[in-house]
Formats: sequence, C-alpha cells, structure tokens
Amino acid sequence: MKALDRKLLRDMRHMTGQTIAIAMVIACGVATYVMALTVLGSLSLTRETYYDRYGFAHVFAQVKRAPQTLEARLAEIPGVAQVETRTVFDVTLNVEGLDEPAIGRLISIPERKRLGINALYLRRGKMLQPGRYGEVLVSEGFAEAHDLEEGDKVRAVINGRLKYLTIAGVALTPEYIFQIRPGELIPDDKRFGIFWMWETELEAAFNMQGAFNDITLTMTRDASEAKVIADVDRLTEQYGGIGAFGRDDQVSHRYLSDEMKQLRSMAFIPPLIFLSVAAFLLNVVLARLINTQREQIAALKAFGYSKLQIGVHYGKYVAVIVICGVTLGSITGIWLAHGLTELYVRFYKFPVFFFKFDSRVIIWALFWSGLSGFLGVLFAVYRAVNLPPAEAMRPEPPAHFKPTIVERIGLGKLFTHSARMILRHLERQPVKSVLSALGISLAVAVLVMGRFMEDCIDYLMEYEFQMVQRQDVTLTFREGLQSSVWHEINHLPGVMYGQKMRSTPTRIHFGHRYRRVAVMGMEPNGDLFRILDEHDRPLNVTGDGLVMSEALAEVLHVKRGDAVTVEVLEGKRPVRDIPVTGIVPTYSGITAYMSNEALHRLLDEQGSLTGGYLQVDPLKYDELYKTLRNTPAVAGVSIKDAAIQSFKDTIAENLSTMRTFNIIFATIIAFGVVYNTARISLSERSRELATLRVIGFTEGEISMLLFTELGILTIVALPLGMVIGYGFCALSVATFDSESFRIPLVIKPVTYGYSAIVVIIAAVLSGMVVRRRIHELDLIAVLKARE
Amino acid sequence: MSSTILYTATIVDCRWFGIFPTHSSSFEDSPMSSAIKHPLIPRTDVVFRTEQITKTYHMGDVDVQALQGIDLELYRGELVVLLGPSGSGKSTLLNILGGLDTPSTGKVFYMQQELTAESDADLTLYRRDHVGFVFQFYNLIPSLTARENVALVTEIAQAPMEPKDALQLVGLAHRMDHFPSQLSGGEQQRVAIARAVAKRPAVLLCDEPTGALDVQTGIVVLEVIERINRELGTTTAVITHNATISSMADRVISLFDGKIAAVNVNSQKLAPKELVW
Repeated sequence: MKALDRKLLRDMRHMTGQTIAIAMVIACGVATYVMALTVLGSLSLTRETYYDRYGFAHVFAQVKRAPQTLEARLAEIPGVAQVETRTVFDVTLNVEGLDEPAIGRLISIPERKRLGINALYLRRGKMLQPGRYGEVLVSEGFAEAHDLEEGDKVRAVINGRLKYLTIAGVALTPEYIFQIRPGELIPDDKRFGIFWMWETELEAAFNMQGAFNDITLTMTRDASEAKVIADVDRLTEQYGGIGAFGRDDQVSHRYLSDEMKQLRSMAFIPPLIFLSVAAFLLNVVLARLINTQREQIAALKAFGYSKLQIGVHYGKYVAVIVICGVTLGSITGIWLAHGLTELYVRFYKFPVFFFKFDSRVIIWALFWSGLSGFLGVLFAVYRAVNLPPAEAMRPEPPAHFKPTIVERIGLGKLFTHSARMILRHLERQPVKSVLSALGISLAVAVLVMGRFMEDCIDYLMEYEFQMVQRQDVTLTFREGLQSSVWHEINHLPGVMYGQKMRSTPTRIHFGHRYRRVAVMGMEPNGDLFRILDEHDRPLNVTGDGLVMSEALAEVLHVKRGDAVTVEVLEGKRPVRDIPVTGIVPTYSGITAYMSNEALHRLLDEQGSLTGGYLQVDPLKYDELYKTLRNTPAVAGVSIKDAAIQSFKDTIAENLSTMRTFNIIFATIIAFGVVYNTARISLSERSRELATLRVIGFTEGEISMLLFTELGILTIVALPLGMVIGYGFCALSVATFDSESFRIPLVIKPVTYGYSAIVVIIAAVLSGMVVRRRIHELDLIAVLKARE
Repeated sequence: MSSTILYTATIVDCRWFGIFPTHSSSFEDSPMSSAIKHPLIPRTDVVFRTEQITKTYHMGDVDVQALQGIDLELYRGELVVLLGPSGSGKSTLLNILGGLDTPSTGKVFYMQQELTAESDADLTLYRRDHVGFVFQFYNLIPSLTARENVALVTEIAQAPMEPKDALQLVGLAHRMDHFPSQLSGGEQQRVAIARAVAKRPAVLLCDEPTGALDVQTGIVVLEVIERINRELGTTTAVITHNATISSMADRVISLFDGKIAAVNVNSQKLAPKELVW
C-alpha cells in the first residue's frame, strides 16, 4: 500500500467518530431512498403483472337491468376486446361475532366459460363446482377478518330471504385489491366482503334470468377510452345505465394509484431531503477537515506531489465515506424494503408479491452522494492546493477581529471577555457560523418533517370524524326511498336524531374536463353531517348553487362563480348548468354538495332519500343492528367508530410505519450534524484553546467557550430549523395530494418541541465528547506545531 | 568565444572563482555582488542564480518587503549558510529557490532552467526531482511512521534510495517503524532529512533545521546534514539565525532586511561537533 493511502486510513481512524457520523447521515438518506424506490418498484410491478395476468377490465358500467342480448352489441363497439356481463348485488350479512350488519357484494360467475376479465385467483379451498349451489368464493380480506374457512357458513339476506352461503374457497381479484364500498373512505374488511356465486343461482335469487346489471370490458391497445365509454353509455342508457367509467374512476384502482402516489411523495421527499442534508454536511465537514490539513498539503506539495495527486488523495477519503454510507444505506434500505413489502402484502390483496430490486437505485444513490461529496472536496482541495506551499506553511496572519455589532452599539460592557471572544469569533467568520447554524437547523428540520405526519393524521381524524361527520351511524338504502319512510327511520331503536341523505351519481363537466362525482343533498342546518368552510365554520348550502370540494375544483380547474355542467346519471338524467357558489377544503374524496331542496328540483322529484345520518343511544346499538340486519331496504350501515378504527388500522398504520423510519433517520442525522459541528469547531481551534490552557484557563473554562459557541449556534438554529422544517413539510404535503386523499399541513407544537429537544440532547452529548477531547488536548504539541 | 571561456573555466580550479576575501564586507563593496554584476568569467558549476529578485507580502493591511533585490549564485556541492536575523528574508529566499514560492519580480535560474518562467506543474516536477526540503518544524505526516514518511517521497521520485537506507544514513534505521509522536525532536528532524535526501536531490534546502532543537540534538542534526553534503555531494543551503552554525559552511551569505549584507568564504570549515553555542 502506498504511504499516502496509509495516511488516509490512519487519518480516518483518527477521525472515526466523524467519519462514522457522516457515513451514517449518508446511509440514512440512501436507506430511505432505496427503500422507497424498491417498495414502489415492487408495488408497481406486482400490480401490473396482476392486472395483466388476471385481465383487469379497462371500462366498467352498471345498469339497472339489461337483456343478455346487449352483450353482443357491446362487444361490437370499436375498440372493445372482450366483454363480460354479470349480475352484482349488495346484500346484508349476518356474521358471527359481529353485532352490526356487514355488506356482502355478490358477483356472478358464468358456469360455462372461464372468466376472461377480472379473473379469480384461488388462495385457499376449491373453485365452485358445477351444479353445486349454495356455495360461494369469498374475498380474502373478509375471510381473514372473520377467520372464515372452507365449509364455514355466512347468513345473508338475499332479496328479502335469509340464505346460508357455504364457503368453498378464498379468492382474490384485481378488481378489489382495495375492498372499499362506494361512499366509504377506507377499506373495512370486517364489514364489507366480496362473494362469487354461480350466475344461474344469483340470477334466480334476484329474478335476473336472461339479464345482467354489470358490465366489464377490456379494450384493444389502440382504443380510445372516451369513445368506448360514450358508446357504452349510448347502449346502456335505456337500461338504466349510470355512466360507464374507466380505471381512473374504479374505486380499487384509484385508491391503489393514490396510495402509490402518496407512497411516492412520502417516500421521495424525505429521502431527497435526507440526501441533500447529507450532501450539505459532507460538503461542509470535508471542506473544513481539509482546511485543518492545510500544512500537510503544503508539505506534500513541497515534496513534489502534484495538485491532482493531492486531489485524488482527498477524493479517496470522500469515496471511502460515500461507499461506506451508500453500502450501509443500501443494505438497510433493502432490508427495510423487504419488511415494508411484507406489510403491503398483508394490506393489499395481491396473489403474489414481486420483490423487485433495481440496482440502478443504488447507482443513483452512489452518484448523488458521491457528486455532492466530491463537489465539496473539490472546492476545499482547490483552495488548499492553490495556496503556495510556502504561504500555507507560514503562520496565518493574525485574524482580522473587530468589535462586534453588539459591542459597537454599546452593549459590550454587558459581556465578559470570554463572551466577547465567542461573539467576535462567530462574527468574524460569518460564512462558517452561518453554515454551522444551517447544518444544525437542517437537523431540526428533518426531525420536524420526520414527525409531522402524525400531527396531520391526528388533525385529519379530528376534522373528518368530529367536525364533519358527527353522526354515529350512516345508512345507505338500496335505492331511493320516499321521504315518507323517514319517520320510520327516526323511530328505529336507539335513534335520537337523524339527518336525511340524498345523493345522486353525476358527471360534472367543465370545459373539456369531467369527473364522476356523487352530488350530496344537504339539509339546511343539518347538525350531523356538515361541511365546513376554510375557517372550519359550518357552511349552510342554500340556493340553487353547487358547493364543491377543493380537490374537485382543482381537478376541473373551476373557480367560484364558474358554471359547471351537471349531468345526472340516474332517473330522468337531466343535464343542467349550475353555478359554483362555494369551494370548501375537504381532505377525502372529491364531492359536490347542493341543498336538498335544489337537488330535488334538479332531479324533478318530491324528495326521496338514499340514506340517513343517525345519532344513536350507545346503549341501544345492539337493538338497532338487529333491526337493520333484517331490513332489506338498507344496503349499507357504516359505523363511525368502526370507520375510525379501520382508518387507524390501515392508512394511519401505513403512514406511521414510514413516519417511524423517518423519525429514526432524522434523529441519526441530527446527531451526526451536531456532533460534526462540535468536533470540527474543536479541531479548528485546538491551538487557540491550548494557548488559553497554557495561560491559565481551566479545562472547564475553555470547554465553556466551545459549549457557549455551540449553544449560540444551536439556539439560532432552532427557530430557523423550524421554519425550514415547515417548508419541508409543506413540500411533502403538496406532493402528497391526490384526488381521493389529501393531507392538511398541521404541525403541532409538540413536534417542534420534540425536534428541539432531540437537537439539544445531541448538542449536549456532542459537547460531552468534545469535553473529553479537550482533556486529551496535548498542549505542548499543539503549540509547537505551526498552523 | 564562449567555448574558450567554458574551456578556461573547466581547466581552472573551480573553487578559486568562488573564493572571496574572508573578511566581512559591506554590500556596496562586496566582490561577490560585483562579480555577478560584472562577471569576468562565468562559472560552469552554478546551481542557482538569482537576478534582482524581490518579494512583497500582503499581511493583512500591511505590505512587507521580504526581499529587496537579491543577486546570488550557489555552486555545485557547496554547503552554504544563509545567515540573518528573524525577518531578514532568508526563509523567503530559500522558498523561492525551492520552488515553493515565486518572487514578485526578478528571475531565478536552476542550472539552465528559469524557475520564474515555469508553470505550477513544472515547479512541482522540479521539486519532486531535484529538491529536498528540511523544515524547522519537521512537517512529518503525523499519521505515518518514519519509514512511511520517507516512502511518501521515494514513491514519486525517479531514482530514490530505499527508505531504510535513507534512515540508515541519518542513523535512525532502528526507529523506522515509530510514529512522529514517538520520536524526539532531533529524531523527527533526522527523519525529515532522510525524507529530503532519499530522492537523491541535487539540492538540499534546510530552513532552520536546528531551530526547534537543543544544542546537543542540533549538533547531531547538523552532522547528518554535513555528512550528506560531503558524502553525496548534494548542494546544501542551510538557513539559520545562529552565527555559530555558519562556521561549518563553505560560504556564508548574510541577509539583513531583505538584502544581502555580506558574503564570506570560510577558509577553515569546522566540523559540527566543534561548534559551541
């Protein structure tokens, strides 16, 4: 090994702490980066493969009842590759161990041919046997939530008759990777399940022989989705079609896409920030390390080492740190990606999960870390090698000190000599001081960013489940009911107060953009389900106008006062231009609201209901559920507490896993940054401090000098870091936005407090290490060696 | 004409031309300076020649005139002491000769090569191939052992000695695996000398080599330098503010305030161990 390489190794051993700290910071950035990209890559690949192999449909449509002959006409639509018509009905289920009614979606499967679209993957048990009726396949989520095995029975109220469904097997479909009932926010496997039944049996149960009510189709590669949808709509209109839609509006697909989008932003922004912080740190630390080796560089130059050779020497130092950091980070990242992938396998219903590791991710990580490191070193080495060696070996001219601003304005007397030394030192090297403070503030910022997601989720839960949805139970009816039944609803057991619900499927158009949206009718002064304005005040929807969620307004590029075209997709299918009278911030789903009265007028009806919001006496839940289970008109019952629990179990859990990683990494980064700042400050000033020791300062006194300086930097860095942290969070939130879910930017004081405390602890611990180093300071050697 | 002169120079005892009266003389009447200003017959063994070099430093707000017009020649194989008080410009002069620094004005020649016209990269090669440096504060790389410090130089030199042989030369072969922190000041300086001579340089430039050492140790270091000069024939320039040391030189160039104050030729060189201070 060359002598210069030996020097490198020994220098690194001498600076083990710092070297490890920088490598750790890089490793954290790289780990999150590799983890995120690997999980995302795996998820995408898995989804694409699943969609492809199991023929996930491109276009979906529901009708009330269409004759089987329509299928052939649908198949003739230009661009349609394959059509599958079926019968789909939601029924109420009685499941053992569950007080409230659950909803089962029964989907027919043909007996005489294989399913070409939305094919089933059999996880356990057997496929349905021809001729054996009363048997069903059940979706995995529901089976797992209720521990259902082959041969178990589920009671269902099918078209008013109680029926036992025997489980033959457990299946998965690309259509329900996310099992979400329309109108719900989140999947709830306990209360919503998919069941596949022989077509003949299902048709018989619902008097649908020779007919169907659900269409799925795949398109040829070059087909236009919009054209196919328009053709399907034209053909299905007379059969009560409520508008065909593509994958983008398919609930499972959209949620999965949004989840992936969120994962991408959750998992992209923090790693990018971590990596940038690491780069910044590497840059600053190496630049200053090289400055402390100014004299050695001069000696090397005197012996005839070229600038390039010296540059390569320090470049190797960067390379070693970067390679160590990237290796450690990649291993950790891949390991975490494995763990996270397992989590997603449990959460998303995929038959198999492909773990895809793309080595380019690591090359990029290496490239970015390396680039930032080398750039930092390049500048420092450039400065060092361009100094004539003779000058580099000469003691530096006395530093140019002057009274600080504080002293110039006459406050100098308030400070001791030591304090003045610290202040002048900080002020004399403003760039260095600012960079140190910036480094520490980045530590604060990454901590804020690591934790804020929890605050957002807390706020979101509070907003959604306490401020907006104040009901205990939400009922949805199978079809619109006359308002005369409202009296009966209000007299269901335990119901204390009710609010009517009317919603209708529409397409809202503005310019060339449109979205399928449920327009909700709002009761004046309804106190259970409310919408809130930007100041969180309840908003009363009055007049004929339309109020829409911010998400929808953004999607359609609509401003307040614009008139949008509302195309109702049921009943008489009116199409009207309606002015947008308000845009409200909502965090889930895209929705539009009208006053009940206006909605009834639009639909030209006397006042029918599609559901109701109920406030229920907690003691009478059981009784209410019992009644609802036997009410065929009720298609869905959603219980707020259950929704909250389900939210916590799913989205909150996913987010919190990410958040935990972010907090851990942010904490490591914070320690790395602060520790390095303290160590460098010591090595740069060892000579000055030794001089102070020689002239009689105690170790304690000179430690105080360094500590106070570190303390001042930390105190300046805290508020700055909080501001930067807020910016990082805003960036994360902005990229997090999706149609089905948005995150409010909320940072609680406790998050700022946590970040400040971690950084202060890091500063104190680093101070203690430095204190020990001060004790080991070799006074004579330091004074003898020339700067 | 020039070939005649060259011929004349080679057949005449070279030393004779370098020998000037041994008495101290002022700058104005220095035969040395007049010899350079009006060269009667050029010497062929000139290693360094400077022409009116000046150097000005900007130290903060102050301009310091370190050198104010220096003309001198150093000859092959001689041991020259540059003597002068602190601030007289001797380190600056040495650094310029060694290619570590460049003069503000004037020219410097090494053999036929004009150093002042060379690029930074060429100066690096010049230092690598021809110059050995010994600094007052040794400037050993603390993280390398004695042998490795020497190897640092031999690895990039054209025809170096073995690091071990170089250390043998300074009497430190038995300490070669020690780190600088495990060596005394004198030993560190001897390692520095071994490092400087291991490349078999044409010139050895020593900046206050005994400045940080006690008398006994200093003498040991000077003996090493003298031996290198004598045995390897390396042209050696030693900077010192200690007048006693000048007794071991062939010639003594005294500097004062950035100018050459005097040039003395020692008719009787003393061995380092005879020096007393």
